[in-house]
Amino acid sequence: MNGARPHESGAERRLGSATPDRQEARPAFAKGWDEPADLSKPPAPVPEPADIEVPAELRAEIEAHMARYPDIRSATLPALFAAQRLHGWCSPQALEQVAAVMGVTPAYLESITTFYDMYRNEPVGSRYVYVCTGVACSLRRARTVYKAIAAAGAELDDVEIREFECLGACDMAPMASIDGRYVGPLGTEDAEQIVDAIRAGREVLPGRGLEGMPEAAAGRWSGGDPIP
Amino acid sequence: MIEHRVLTEHFDTPDLHRLEVYESIGGYTALRKAVAMAPEDLLSELEASGLRGRGGAGFSMGKKASFIPMGTMDKFLCCNADESEPGTFKDRLLMQRNPHRLIEGMIIAARAAGANKAFIYIRGEYELQADILDAALAEARAKGYLGESILGSDHQCDLVVHRGAGAYICGEESALLDSLEGKRGNPRLKPPFPANQGLYQGPTLINNVETLCNVPLIVDRGADWFRTLGTEKSTGTKLVSVSGNVRRPGNYEVELGVPAREIVEGLAGGAPEGQTIKCWFPGGSSAPILLPEHLDLPYDFENMAEAGSMLGSAAIIVVDDSQPIVEVAMAIAKFYHHESCGKCVPCREGTSWTVKMLDRIDSGEATPMDIEILASVQEQIVGNCLCVLGDSMAMPIASMVKHFRPEFEAHIEQARRAADREAIAAPVEEAA
Repeated sequence: MNGARPHESGAERRLGSATPDRQEARPAFAKGWDEPADLSKPPAPVPEPADIEVPAELRAEIEAHMARYPDIRSATLPALFAAQRLHGWCSPQALEQVAAVMGVTPAYLESITTFYDMYRNEPVGSRYVYVCTGVACSLRRARTVYKAIAAAGAELDDVEIREFECLGACDMAPMASIDGRYVGPLGTEDAEQIVDAIRAGREVLPGRGLEGMPEAAAGRWSGGDPIP
Repeated sequence: MIEHRVLTEHFDTPDLHRLEVYESIGGYTALRKAVAMAPEDLLSELEASGLRGRGGAGFSMGKKASFIPMGTMDKFLCCNADESEPGTFKDRLLMQRNPHRLIEGMIIAARAAGANKAFIYIRGEYELQADILDAALAEARAKGYLGESILGSDHQCDLVVHRGAGAYICGEESALLDSLEGKRGNPRLKPPFPANQGLYQGPTLINNVETLCNVPLIVDRGADWFRTLGTEKSTGTKLVSVSGNVRRPGNYEVELGVPAREIVEGLAGGAPEGQTIKCWFPGGSSAPILLPEHLDLPYDFENMAEAGSMLGSAAIIVVDDSQPIVEVAMAIAKFYHHESCGKCVPCREGTSWTVKMLDRIDSGEATPMDIEILASVQEQIVGNCLCVLGDSMAMPIASMVKHFRPEFEAHIEQARRAADREAIAAPVEEAA
């Protein structure tokens, strides 16, 4: 048998005729899943509080979170958010500072940051655009929107643009969360505007977020016919 | 219109999220009533109302609260506001528009269960809603609705808003507890159930946002009033999130038991121009799909279960006939593969292999036998894990294979031919 078997040809093999809105990206694995741990390195102990310099504001915020719970470990998630806000990502230095204040090992904190989607384990940017490509959004061509935004924002500095699982706003599908603010419904034509607004530090798509939600609760995002 | 607004009754009132506005429409009167009642009477009132959990399982709320052991010990109440089931966005609306009703419901539920420490576990993505809740809590605390000796009674309760960080699994109640304890959100082996050993090993009552929002209404207007809404076994109204290929996606509050067609085609406007409905998920992406003919069934817990699906979180996702079923299956499988916490093998491996098999089907590498394997993998996931995340993928995918097998077969054939054509057309050097 001569010639390439289908799966050996490097070309795009997908059907794609029915919907151009394909999902070709393979699911990304969590950090530490594919690469083995460095066994020659001894595990890091709980840092000595005196050795680690922690910014006073960060320390105060973490300690305030620790005081709110019966068990201080419950403050892990908010403490890591605080450190991420300060450092832009969960860097080894950020983890060390949280570990020093909370009295836990950095490895424990890393087990948390690699589990939850909203922590950044790489310096990918301190601002984010999460484009929802969940089931309901993908029925409304969310992947095309994602690709348009990713292409338009390829040159953006310090901004993470990624697909995200269902963000719980299927009524405004396709939608995105930009630094926590939900906007939608989006079309490919919005991509440039979104990127320009982020670059200029302006509000993204004013009037198209949840906070400007019209008073009537139902069926308001359709853009289609009003309720008879 | 078949909308019946009870939970969303005052949602048109401007600034409803502010305490004085909520009080002006009768807010916190139920709490005044509740602190004067004995916890046992509150429990029996909740049980008599027939209120069933709105998070997905549909278990009687009053019964669940009555499982909390008596005696003096630290007991906890958790509100599950993780709302990560794809297609569901009702709790977001409830928390954003009327945070005080949730807070009031929680203070009352805490009294019924004997809990004095309460948490709202809200998904991290809902930043706006979490900020609104934090502001509302500060207002309630300043007014004496929270803290020690609430309204001069013996009831004390404190409430903390805890933000998640992006994990679907944390909507599962035992994973939610682990996450709240500051760990990775892995589900626990049950028993012991959270009612006996939950948060910090103490008895814990966990309820969904919408369930707790119903509590002040039941206490205020009585269980008998609540039973007049809905059907005999599915009492009350339900906030239904309709999304996908419909003209007017959104939240609609209806009485349980109305025909599903009136929600999908009446309120949400049905499929877009020129399209027809191919299938629909009656209860979020975890629910097995139903066909257009099932739209005439009454929309409640029993009828959805009888039709082979479930009411779940009452999120209707409509799929129109322009969507290839393999792509819908792929979107589902990828989601659960990404969100599987990896603790149980059938779920971790099953979701991964389902994605790979669907990928083969779509790239022309599959044979019709792969459909059998796909179906059998789903069978081996169901019931074999600590939690139902794996089942949540297996059940809808199995239902798609069941209802749309000819389309799967045609997709394999079509993809194989396309791949062959491409291979033949490929330049020789690439083939070498």
